[in-house]
Amino acid sequence: MNKELSENIKHYIDDIITSWQEKMKKEKGERFFQYMPNDVVEKTSREFAELMTSNLLVADDVNETKLTEFTEKVVRFGWSIKFVNKSIENFSEVTFEILESEGVINDSNLRNYVKTIMAWISPLRDSIIEAYSVEWERTVQLQKVALQELSASLIPVFDKVSVMPLVGTIDTERAKLIMENLLEGVVKQRAEVVLLDITGVPVVDTMVAHHIIQAADAVRLVGAKCMLVGIRPEIAQTIVALGIELNDFTTTSTLRRGMQQALKLTNRKVVEVETEWM
Amino acid sequence: MEYRSSVDIYTEWDIVAARQLGRNKAKEVGFGTVDQARITTAISELARNIYLYAGKGKIEITRIFKGDVKGISIVASDEGPGIMDVRKVMDDGYTTSGGLGAGMPGVKRLMDDFDITTTQGEGTTITIIKWVR
Repeated sequence: MNKELSENIKHYIDDIITSWQEKMKKEKGERFFQYMPNDVVEKTSREFAELMTSNLLVADDVNETKLTEFTEKVVRFGWSIKFVNKSIENFSEVTFEILESEGVINDSNLRNYVKTIMAWISPLRDSIIEAYSVEWERTVQLQKVALQELSASLIPVFDKVSVMPLVGTIDTERAKLIMENLLEGVVKQRAEVVLLDITGVPVVDTMVAHHIIQAADAVRLVGAKCMLVGIRPEIAQTIVALGIELNDFTTTSTLRRGMQQALKLTNRKVVEVETEWM
Repeated sequence: MEYRSSVDIYTEWDIVAARQLGRNKAKEVGFGTVDQARITTAISELARNIYLYAGKGKIEITRIFKGDVKGISIVASDEGPGIMDVRKVMDDGYTTSGGLGAGMPGVKRLMDDFDITTTQGEGTTITIIKWVR
């Protein structure tokens, strides 16, 4: 049955492609067929049609390798999943319509054809949806990892002085990570003063403040001093309006000032040296 | 032009989405950086309350006008358990989740107008407004 179907499709492939293109052009909100040059549309359509029929030729069952190949290639077209789904749907509809009007499908074999077409189309669709969702999950996972790599490392700048620059949004998960890295780093680097730099934190709300206060308390427990640096003027104003008390630790507007204070606390200072002329 | 938009709050990341939208809207309306930070922080607090206490809800952000004065209105609504004692919630330092307890009174101080309606078992709606000065 598959063979018959595929031979018939092959026979009428030009008609099928033309009316499929027309149908796709009428779809609302899709720009591919409206803005792409004609030869690109023609080439892609033919490729798509070939892919669609490729797994019909092989066997009566669903052919896994062909199916994977189809999915991989279609995903590479870079279409949205909605568009791909519509493409497949329209392709099968058009095929059915044309074969019916050409008299290939008639009352006697209608049942069989409908069954065959269904068995041909639904694995394609399932495979596409599966591929797209796997792709999304992978992307989200990768971004999560990338974000974690970005966040919260304690950098030893001078002997006894370390800095942790915080960049981006702080959520519960990151707050935990910050706390862990901070404490571990303080002990490992034998830091006496730790500067938490929040220049890159866009919003300091009560939760973020709460996490920072907790982190500072924990740092105090392991015997170091925590300073909050990089407080921008607008952040200072919102902190005051929120009524958050940061009296327990030293705060400065910039990392530079914080560093000066940190050095003072550890009885050191930065001096300029005169260049020696030979 | 789109004057009104909303973000559904389901996960912690939706809080980020809500305040991003708020910041953009505030910028569009013409608020300065300090007020932008105030509005963003207020949205962050309200969205977090929805996430923590109600589980899910919605933040709606609308541009508003009063004569020549422009402003922004933010409605945070949920169908959560409601607030038992509103007066207590508005006190500094009152918390049921181990936080700082500065959120709600803080939001009131950050904004120009603050209105809360809550019914136990039915949900809470908080409307806050800030005008461009």
